Amino acid sequence: MAEEQGIAGEDLLQLDRSAGDFHYDVKYAYDAGVGLSEETVDYICDAKNDPTWLRDFRKRALEIFLREPLPTHWASEQLAEIDFSQIRYYLAHGQRAGRSWDEVPEEVKRTFERLGVPEQERKFLAGVEAQFDSEAAYSNMKEALRAQGVIFVGSTEGLHKHPELFRKWFGKVIPPGDNKFAALNSAVFSGGSFIYVPPGVKVSHPLQAYFRINAESFGQFERTLIIADEGSEVTYMEGCTAPRFDTATLHSAVVELVALPGAKIQYITVQNWSPNVFNLVTKRGMAMENAEVRWIDCNIGSRLTMKYPAVILRGRKARGEVLSIALANSGQHQDTGAKMIHLADETTSNIIAKSISIGEGRSSYRGMVRIPNHLKGCKNNTECDALLINTSSRTDTYPAITLRGNRSAVQHEASVSKISAEQIFYMRQRGLPESEAMSLSVNGFVNDLVREFPMEYSVELKRLIDLEMEGSVG
Amino acid sequence: MSLQICDLHARIADREILRGISLEIRLGQTHAIMGPNGSGKSTLAKVISGHPDYEVTQGSVLLDGVPLLEREPDERARMGVFLAFQYPCEIPGVSIANFLRAAAQARLPEGESLSVTDFYQKLYREMDALGMQRNFSSRPLNAGFSGGEKKRAEILQMAMLRPRYGILDETDSGLDIDALKVVANGVNRLRGPEVGFLIITHYQRLLDYITPDFVHVMVEGRIVQSGGPELALELERHGYGSLEERYGSSKLSPLAETGTQG
Repeated sequence: MAEEQGIAGEDLLQLDRSAGDFHYDVKYAYDAGVGLSEETVDYICDAKNDPTWLRDFRKRALEIFLREPLPTHWASEQLAEIDFSQIRYYLAHGQRAGRSWDEVPEEVKRTFERLGVPEQERKFLAGVEAQFDSEAAYSNMKEALRAQGVIFVGSTEGLHKHPELFRKWFGKVIPPGDNKFAALNSAVFSGGSFIYVPPGVKVSHPLQAYFRINAESFGQFERTLIIADEGSEVTYMEGCTAPRFDTATLHSAVVELVALPGAKIQYITVQNWSPNVFNLVTKRGMAMENAEVRWIDCNIGSRLTMKYPAVILRGRKARGEVLSIALANSGQHQDTGAKMIHLADETTSNIIAKSISIGEGRSSYRGMVRIPNHLKGCKNNTECDALLINTSSRTDTYPAITLRGNRSAVQHEASVSKISAEQIFYMRQRGLPESEAMSLSVNGFVNDLVREFPMEYSVELKRLIDLEMEGSVG
Repeated sequence: MSLQICDLHARIADREILRGISLEIRLGQTHAIMGPNGSGKSTLAKVISGHPDYEVTQGSVLLDGVPLLEREPDERARMGVFLAFQYPCEIPGVSIANFLRAAAQARLPEGESLSVTDFYQKLYREMDALGMQRNFSSRPLNAGFSGGEKKRAEILQMAMLRPRYGILDETDSGLDIDALKVVANGVNRLRGPEVGFLIITHYQRLLDYITPDFVHVMVEGRIVQSGGPELALELERHGYGSLEERYGSSKLSPLAETGTQG
């Protein structure tokens, strides 16, 4: 019964704002101090025992970061408020992630228990990695997958134990020079996942990573690389929270996906950052012949999120998809979108982006679709719908679709809507209080996308939306 | 036990629409209000249910003795007022079943949660009785519905929410004969000593299928004539013309000065 997972659901996950708004005092064994310089990078390399090639890579990236200007000429001026000299770039407990929760330090374990991570693992996940500030505290995968040759480890372990796979693709989908924040991540990255799925292996349950910021004035720079070999399939989910601090916190991840011929990667994000987090993330997938990359992205919380998941459609008949939901409340700007770069014939892409702006919240959609002249049989469909809750809410759409030649087809639809007073009255006449009527309308607005999330997440999403809608009325 | 409307005056913006309506609908009774377009019939329905666009300037409405007008629209609904809308709103992405679940949940005491199994049993029982396909309940409420489907959805909601006082606002307008029968059947099934109905209609047609106990004629914001079912037939024969001539202008109306109904 599809309706079973409707409005009223049992809370399976506990990652709402209030549940995430706590932190424990933790003694860190590694602390790179405040500010960013070549010494910071050396500290990180020494702590992580990086090979020389990586130290060189990081330093080149640092140069790029220091050289590149902030993209305030097109993006939010708020970026200028990040004080890079006041951020702590590396904080870790230890260098080795526990394979069982018993090996995880007590206060870190308590954090993840409170967030419900071990419980989810038992219920429906094939593997979990739990990152606490800079490093993974826990990483484990079902034995059956290990036996099939699936690799699911932290990025450090990945580059040490599987250098031949790691180096081949690391920094290839998103080179450090891609943008200032990709460069920053490349210079100081730590944590994140490395996944390799061997040819033909279909991982039926999702692999999950949970990214937790615990420390104040901290920057989290995880780096994820997923390689799905020919004909394989994998779903990866990430959840993110941080407590509410007075000072700004920075989260700047880089995620690279490689779908080799015939492979399918689905990457699902549910982020619920506290409102002081700058979330500046670069995510890009490469799809070879007949491969598919799907980004399912839900952005709730943060002060400013800039995130435009991309798919480079490199092989014939490759498919790319971005489904995204953004919810901007007062004091928040969700600047999100998608990029589809068509580089081969008969490639198809689909973008469905829905945003909700509440109170003074602002959401922007930025899209880029490119289909060059020499290609034929390519298709893109872009739909972006914005819902404004209050008269002070704001939305902007910047779609950039470049189609050259006449042998491909693109379709673009955009809409802006408001929940009408008549709609609310209608629902109230059936006995629903005003706030519930609002929540139900908003849930209805995103319903077709929420259905794409695994059941456990879609229930949680509905609940997060309800929470955000509280107090939006009046 | 009754829905008691007493000397009700209401306006939208600066325009007075209801000019002193008094009417008592007892449990077990079905009243029909007929009248020409613009006479204020729909306004009466909206004012009783608490539409925010209307301002009550005088009078009262009591539901089983409890004053209704200071309550929020959703409270009134939970007290037992149901309005079948003339133009039901589209609620995209929310299925009929989920919407009704939320509405049923809202009627439970705090902390109590709806039994999903019981809910669906009841839903399918009602749908079967109304001759509706079960998959209708998984369609988003009113989104892209035909006029007839919208009215069916209203009747299904009424059947599920079991009001004490059901108000149908021109539910028959624009319906073909089959849809009309569904609507009439939906009302007739619920009729009984525990429920009162107020049926607002422009035409006699619906009253061929739902026989009212009382018929009232409304012109220019007042009830100008009341009687039994035969009054509806009379109106059908003679039209509203003569009544409008008599009561059409507030200046001409014999009741204008007192604002009460004869």
